[in-house]
Amino acid sequence: MIKTIPMAAAVGLFFTILYFLMAILAPWIAPYGVAEVVGDVWEPSSADYWLGTDNIGRDLLTRMIYGGRTTIFIATVATFISFTTGSILGFLAAVMGGWVDQVLSRFVDLIMSIPPLIFALVVLSVMPVTVPVLVLVMGFLDSTRVFRLSRAVAADINVMDFVEAAKLRGEGRGWVIFREILPNALSPLVAEMGLRFIFMVLFISTLSFLGLGIQPPAADWGGIVKENADGINYGIGAALYPAIAIATLAISVNLVADWILNRTTSLKGGRG
Amino acid sequence: MSPVIRLLAQRISLGLLLLFFVSVLIFAGTIILPGDVAQSILGQSATPEALANLRREMGLNDPPVQRYFAWLGGVLQGDLGTSLTSGRDIASSMGSRLQNTLFLAFWAALISVPLAIFLGLLAVRYRDRWPDKLISGVTLASISVPEFLIAYVVMFFLGVKFRLLNPTAIGFRPDADIFAKLEMIALPVLVLTLVILAHMMRMTRAAILNVMQSAYIETAELKGLTMFKIIWRHAFPNSIAPVVNVVMLNLAYLVVGVVVIEVVFVYPGMGQYLVDHVSKRDVPVVQACGLVFAAVYIGLNLVADIVSILTNPRLRHPK
Repeated sequence: MIKTIPMAAAVGLFFTILYFLMAILAPWIAPYGVAEVVGDVWEPSSADYWLGTDNIGRDLLTRMIYGGRTTIFIATVATFISFTTGSILGFLAAVMGGWVDQVLSRFVDLIMSIPPLIFALVVLSVMPVTVPVLVLVMGFLDSTRVFRLSRAVAADINVMDFVEAAKLRGEGRGWVIFREILPNALSPLVAEMGLRFIFMVLFISTLSFLGLGIQPPAADWGGIVKENADGINYGIGAALYPAIAIATLAISVNLVADWILNRTTSLKGGRG
Repeated sequence: MSPVIRLLAQRISLGLLLLFFVSVLIFAGTIILPGDVAQSILGQSATPEALANLRREMGLNDPPVQRYFAWLGGVLQGDLGTSLTSGRDIASSMGSRLQNTLFLAFWAALISVPLAIFLGLLAVRYRDRWPDKLISGVTLASISVPEFLIAYVVMFFLGVKFRLLNPTAIGFRPDADIFAKLEMIALPVLVLTLVILAHMMRMTRAAILNVMQSAYIETAELKGLTMFKIIWRHAFPNSIAPVVNVVMLNLAYLVVGVVVIEVVFVYPGMGQYLVDHVSKRDVPVVQACGLVFAAVYIGLNLVADIVSILTNPRLRHPK
């Protein structure tokens, strides 16, 4: 499997792993403390501060590394919540059919008729903006898309002979879902997971940028943009580093997801 | 009643029903969740009597269902309530902002829609050759970055480094003449165009490719029709519905993109109004804005549905 990996996917995989390692090892590789004021305001990059300093004189490289840690951690947990809720409910809807399917599907239609960002803003206007709340809101809003995909994939598998055989054998619903459907639905779901993860990274960055995500002094990529945005008007590009970070992470994960999806020619689920 | 009208009536009533449930959801979402509006207005130091008085005044002691219908009744008559923080009438402060937002979205759509369709056709025409690959690469890169970052990159280079355009839209006045207004919003329009162009182009390309690979196009080619005739008689009528769908979906996407872009460029529109009041926890304003955004979103999706019914004979004459 490793030998046949195409160039694009290999590069994507390399950068994805690199980012995750950086996120995990942040306290050990960051040169300074995350909230430590080390220099002047918006110093240019130098041997001491590789990317320069930010709006109150903190080391920008340190902020970026810790910011990546926060962003990647939140996106990962939210993707996990989105996938467990979405796929279990989607499989249930496909296997049980009838009114369970109707109720779940119509409810998902309803949630999806409001743009996720607007919905999140409405919820965050009454909820305290903390990490658990953010992760739950993002995860549940996004699980609607996973629900649609997993329901569609599971409905295709559910009518196949081996599932029929398992049902006739007298296996319970849990067995059918976890032993018959799940292994066959895994590939499209894993590919989708990459796309959802990227969407989560963009989502949390946007919320933080609007001041409704991660609260200072903790760092995250969207927040770094917000903090340094004023510098743009003076020609200081500190706010642009997160753009590079998010773009490389997003493109890398996309390349890996494309490769996984291409490896599974059969049983392709919808994407989007 | 002809089947088309029945189908259309069905779709429209479905859309209204959806909007009704969305309003329930938005209202319920802000009621069920913990938090006390009266407390947040008066602050932590308020006396219990003052709190009780304010609650009674605002009708917070009424049962939720009654409050919902009072709210909905007001909304239907154009009364969106009053803002908690400024005490002003929401509908009147929203009016000019909604116009500004629509002005911005209109120009972004006017530029991006024809351009996206043209580039989509170009990508299909030169499929798998360099124009296609170039377009795909650029669009993949631009959908991998959040809107506000594209906005800052563009602002940094075009607005500040080279001083070509106004870096912010802070000086926007709704009563200025059209050219002054356009000059102010040049950068936001450019960014919005970039953002939805990428999505729209990719989807247009996929939709047209899908049509071009159908069996009837191959038949037409084998019959010896000219390329022009194939596109005009066979491909074009069949791709109207998917392309219109793509366009509407992306205009709906524009509604959301506008929120973030307005904040970046300090543009006095709906998005900024919404975001400001979310951080101030001004629930009535947030509810009203959420409802307006959701209504526009549902409306655009409804238009997409209607166009695809009208352009598709298979839906127009159901068996």
